[in-house]
Amino acid sequence: MPATVIYEDKISHAESALVESGNLWLSARDTQLASGWELKPQGLCKGERCVPIPPGRDKEFVRTGGMINLSALSQQLGAPIVHDDEYATWLFGEPAEAQRSRLLSLEAPDFTLPDLDGKLHSLSDFFGRKILLLSWASW
Amino acid sequence: MWQGIYQELKDRNFVIVSVAFDTGGRSAVKDFIRPPGPIELPLNFQEIMGWSGEQYARAAAPAYPNLIDEKHIVAELYNMTNVPMGVWIDENRQIVRPAEAAGASDGFRAMDRTTFQLTKDAVQQTISNRTRYVNAVCDWVMKGAASEYSLSAEEVRRRIEGPHPVDALAMANFRMGQYLYQAGHRDDSRRYFNEARRLCPERWHYFRQALDLEETGKASGPEFFQAVDSLGERPYYPPVNFKPSR
Repeated sequence: MPATVIYEDKISHAESALVESGNLWLSARDTQLASGWELKPQGLCKGERCVPIPPGRDKEFVRTGGMINLSALSQQLGAPIVHDDEYATWLFGEPAEAQRSRLLSLEAPDFTLPDLDGKLHSLSDFFGRKILLLSWASW
Repeated sequence: MWQGIYQELKDRNFVIVSVAFDTGGRSAVKDFIRPPGPIELPLNFQEIMGWSGEQYARAAAPAYPNLIDEKHIVAELYNMTNVPMGVWIDENRQIVRPAEAAGASDGFRAMDRTTFQLTKDAVQQTISNRTRYVNAVCDWVMKGAASEYSLSAEEVRRRIEGPHPVDALAMANFRMGQYLYQAGHRDDSRRYFNEARRLCPERWHYFRQALDLEETGKASGPEFFQAVDSLGERPYYPPVNFKPSR
């Protein structure tokens, strides 16, 4: 079945998702496209980082044919998961631990957002100056 | 308010980056950033916001960046829970003051809900809170790390609370709500906004944004004030701790 996967900042559409016991299984290709994770001999890897599959629990994470349980992997990483069955949409957020350690490093996280004219600006455009970062809202 | 301060300080290697937590996007914020004409503001609003209708209208196209954050990502990255909040970042990209109320105070809680009038004392408190924060910013811009308001790394870390797993889950729920809302499924978005609020009732931007999406103005309506009143003695804007680190 098709599913919309929102993995941190990235939105993708998986054609052949499988939902089983509240878990989202994606093909190896869809997993890689949606989240950047893939199965390697060392375990499940994304870029430089590898997470070994807990011993004896292979079947919870991977299947013959290459399907990967993105829910189990995300739970292992401590990521928050929200899904809507009606709209077949799965959302995986950044783990709180990663957010917290980034903030505690005291290095200001970069971001890119549009201005009123749609032009993109990054906070890093201003690094090297003192910055007062202010939130406000129309409400 | 910040436009005037920025004009005074911008030649001191300083910039204000203003971020609107507005899922409503461009159409929600445009009249605030580029007012279409002179604006009639009730006197007490002027007192609270620190500017006259004329100044507000003249502040068209502010000189510093005004960015639109539909997903509230900056709230997540910087652990902001409300608006207006400020974070200070020095020339070395280091956070020297983590998220705190940026010149806002609980003075508004005493507002008459029908007339929007404030007592003279409440107005005074509001103005002096704002002045204190603005003066601290100016002090930092002038003196840099030598400013008593620029905090040590140890003190900044001490003041950072979370985010904890419940916060990440609230953010994920808010994001789902925002995604469904913008996909046109407004009714179905509601349960996710409600869940974000249930998980983190004191991350006020989730609650107020959801109210605003239901109906413009609702974020300052009876449901909002009821939630604020139920804080009792607890602050809506935790008072800023201006004590120096050393």
